[in-house]
Amino acid sequence: MKHLLLAALLLPIVAHADEYRLTIKDHKFQPAEFTIPSGTRIKLKVANQDGIPVEFESTDLSREVIVPGQGEVTIYIGPLSHGSYRFFNDFNRDMQGVIVAQPAVGKEN
Amino acid sequence: MLATAVIMFREVLEAALIIAIVLGASRGITGRGRWISAGIGLGLLGASIVAILANVASSEFSGNGQAILNAVILLGAVAMLTWHNVWMSAHSRQLSSELKAVGKDVQSGQRPLAALLVITMVAVMREGSEAVLFLWAIATGGGQGLNMVMGGLGGVVAGIMVGLLLYIGLLRIPVRHFFSITSWLILLLASGLAAQAAGFLNQIGLLPSLGNGVWNTADILNQSSLLGQLLHILVGYIARPSGIQIVFYIGTFLTILILMRAYGGNNRQVRAAGNPA
Repeated sequence: MKHLLLAALLLPIVAHADEYRLTIKDHKFQPAEFTIPSGTRIKLKVANQDGIPVEFESTDLSREVIVPGQGEVTIYIGPLSHGSYRFFNDFNRDMQGVIVAQPAVGKEN
Repeated sequence: MLATAVIMFREVLEAALIIAIVLGASRGITGRGRWISAGIGLGLLGASIVAILANVASSEFSGNGQAILNAVILLGAVAMLTWHNVWMSAHSRQLSSELKAVGKDVQSGQRPLAALLVITMVAVMREGSEAVLFLWAIATGGGQGLNMVMGGLGGVVAGIMVGLLLYIGLLRIPVRHFFSITSWLILLLASGLAAQAAGFLNQIGLLPSLGNGVWNTADILNQSSLLGQLLHILVGYIARPSGIQIVFYIGTFLTILILMRAYGGNNRQVRAAGNPA
């Protein structure tokens, strides 16, 4: 366990990031809420299945990325400390979601 | 229709406020009108190109590409604002005395006209590309397209009006204080833009975050609210800043301040010599 942690710390920032998927469909984020491990950098793939562009924005995370209609972008997030981080579509603020960062299971011992 | 107007208003606001401040701060510099107009024109052109690229390029690269472009644009603006402010601190005495005298323009060499062009260009380009994308999407969306486009244009006009109000407000400041106030406005503006750039550089992994959400004042003043957004643009308010953003903010602030002091220098002497006309 200790070695694993050490190895994780030594990895370059972008080299190894767990991938998460977020889908935009019918003007909704799916899932609207999801959990990621705190303390590690993750890769979020945002796929827009609607025809119109979406601006994925989060003031909590300082992220601002345009996702074209029928397009997909990759956004790196974290490492986050424990807590919840809201995001929304700047082109349609009724579209909202939350990322919850929690300590990963198994690392607590 | 109203929702569209609000979105477009938000997109236009940043550019409008930045241009208002730059227009005010460059008061008395010969040729600024032409250069700033050219900046707005080039900015609109750039915005359209970016909007097309953003809508076409969809890949692993696109998220990073946008972040790199934003970071480069923002840092370019910071550099130009720095140049402008340093130049102004060296020439503000001359400018304000000539403004007091006959409102005559200053002709001294090495005027920061290119800075004015670049600042307005990038301000328009950055938010403009989003505005263009958004308008284009609703215009081609069919249905109540026309109605929404009208709303969007209303939002654009409202955003420009707010910029105009700020500019008119700035001009009412007495000449004596004018340039020190505009240089402070630009100092805070540049620091805020640098903090935003840090966010984008962190997004692509070029910078560590040094802690996400060092503090969180979203409950007191939400950054998405109108006041929150105004302060975000003008002084760089971030409700939940990362460590690297704070470092960039303070670093930029101090760097520009030191440069201004180094090149401005003899302000005290100026005040002593100035006679109450």
